[in-house]
Amino acid sequence: MRSEAKRAPLGLSIAAWGGLAFLHVPLALIVLYAFSAEDKSYVFPPPALTTEWFAVAFERDDVWRAIGLSLRVAAWATATALVLGTLAAAALARTRFFGRDAITLLLVLPIALPGIVTGIALRTGFNSFEIPFSFWTIVIGHATFCVVVVYNNAVARLRRMSPSLVEASMDLGADGFQTLRHVIAPQLGSALLAGGLLAFALSFDEVIVTTFTAGQQTTLPIWMLQELIRPRQRPVTNVVAVIIIALTFLPILAAYALTRRDEPTR
Amino acid sequence: MAVALTWPPPPTRFGLLRRVSDRLYRTPRLLLALLLVPPLLWFGVFYLGSLFTLLANAFFQIDEYSGRVVRELTLKNFAALAEPANLDVALRTVTMAALVTLASVGLGFPVAHYMARHTSGATKALCYIAVMLPLWSSYLVRVYAWKLLLAKEGAVSWLAAQLHLGWLLDALLALPVVGGNSLSFSPLGTFVVFVYLWLPFMILPIQAAIERIPSSLLEASGDLGAAPHETFRSVILPLAWPGVAAGSILTFSLTLGDYIVPQVIGDSTLFIGQVVSLQQGVAGNIPFAAAFSLVPIVVVGAYLWFVKRQGAFDAL
Repeated sequence: MRSEAKRAPLGLSIAAWGGLAFLHVPLALIVLYAFSAEDKSYVFPPPALTTEWFAVAFERDDVWRAIGLSLRVAAWATATALVLGTLAAAALARTRFFGRDAITLLLVLPIALPGIVTGIALRTGFNSFEIPFSFWTIVIGHATFCVVVVYNNAVARLRRMSPSLVEASMDLGADGFQTLRHVIAPQLGSALLAGGLLAFALSFDEVIVTTFTAGQQTTLPIWMLQELIRPRQRPVTNVVAVIIIALTFLPILAAYALTRRDEPTR
Repeated sequence: MAVALTWPPPPTRFGLLRRVSDRLYRTPRLLLALLLVPPLLWFGVFYLGSLFTLLANAFFQIDEYSGRVVRELTLKNFAALAEPANLDVALRTVTMAALVTLASVGLGFPVAHYMARHTSGATKALCYIAVMLPLWSSYLVRVYAWKLLLAKEGAVSWLAAQLHLGWLLDALLALPVVGGNSLSFSPLGTFVVFVYLWLPFMILPIQAAIERIPSSLLEASGDLGAAPHETFRSVILPLAWPGVAAGSILTFSLTLGDYIVPQVIGDSTLFIGQVVSLQQGVAGNIPFAAAFSLVPIVVVGAYLWFVKRQGAFDAL
């Protein structure tokens, strides 16, 4: 079906590469600013380059605490999403029953509805049942919208898997648990890893829902948001921004490499 | 497809585990129910429970003296929504969402078309990563990048000055309604940042839709004497339309609910998300915030209904 790529008209090429450049120039600029010697304004081009701000940022306790908290939240949210997403995928991959579409919609809803709706809904819910805001309320919020990412990856892989493999395993005398362990799990593994990585990246970066479900906790995105609204030490913010870019690019690229054979995720 | 084989195969087991697994295999409904219970419990309790509490709160009101929520049904919040100031906010947000969507189509379509039709192999993979990385990378960092870019002393002003276009930038900022003190404090800036943030969400579905068009269709069109622009208008565009619609759901809905971009990059005019956030946080009026947060849900619902008729859900 797919033909060899043809040469594009010049105008189209320019528009396309221009669009892609538009997506990447701002990120490149952030990296440049992390080395800027100017600490009072966002002046461009930077008057001089320095690496001293990396050292300053590494001395900052609040930055480390925020990174630590975000990593712990993301780990718990990812673990929960992995369990729930895999179960849902196993249930829905090859079955047809009344209400199936409603369940799929329910899984997608937390990321389909504007984040502020999910956020304020959870906040109202926690308030009404007098659950105090804590580390765990953040995790609950994150896990809820991470499930769909794991689900999408797992369901795509399960649908590509031939059902005859499971039948063959049963014919050879394996019981359901043995089939799960020796036949299904090895095939599902990389899809779950990819889904988990994306869920981790999603949780690590989430701010809109988090502002509603956090109490006094400062996750890294909340720290970043505070700096955006009331800048305190701009160079440190620049350095943290670069660290965040590095921390999120790695899981995304890894997830891409793991699922390249499947359909594009999302 | 590689299947990990262990040899000798695990022994056939008897006993409790075997009986449980046989039972599950023979009654798939039971297995289905067992699989579904944990996710449904989680979503039912935490998510649907919260959504219903939110909905219920929209019909309550706040006691003006004690600041506590009074649990008596009232439509006062919805009457307050119709006040000119609030209608203004809703209208401004919907207009912004529509403009952002249009601009994303304009910028995203060439990229998607180019990726789908004019790249292959390594170039295609590179383009795909180039679109996907910004989509998944940090939202706040990307907003922050634009604060640097759009600042008065920032890169955009510098570039305009280098190109001797400073007068154009000043003229844009002098415009009423969209202009402002500097790009990072103007609705124009808000608009640019929204387009930047959501552009990948527009490119990917369009690209998927165009990718699915069999090239024989395009060849047939050419063989029948259509010039490239005619093929584009009467073959590619109609078939890519569901992708455009699918992308527009995302750009529209994401703009509608965002409250951080207008707060960080924009002047003091309010958008729906900001009003909800302020009412909830500063004013502590959860019932009114709840009622106001139903506005984006209703607008998105209406938009979904409209777009569903364009067949967008097949392209998501």
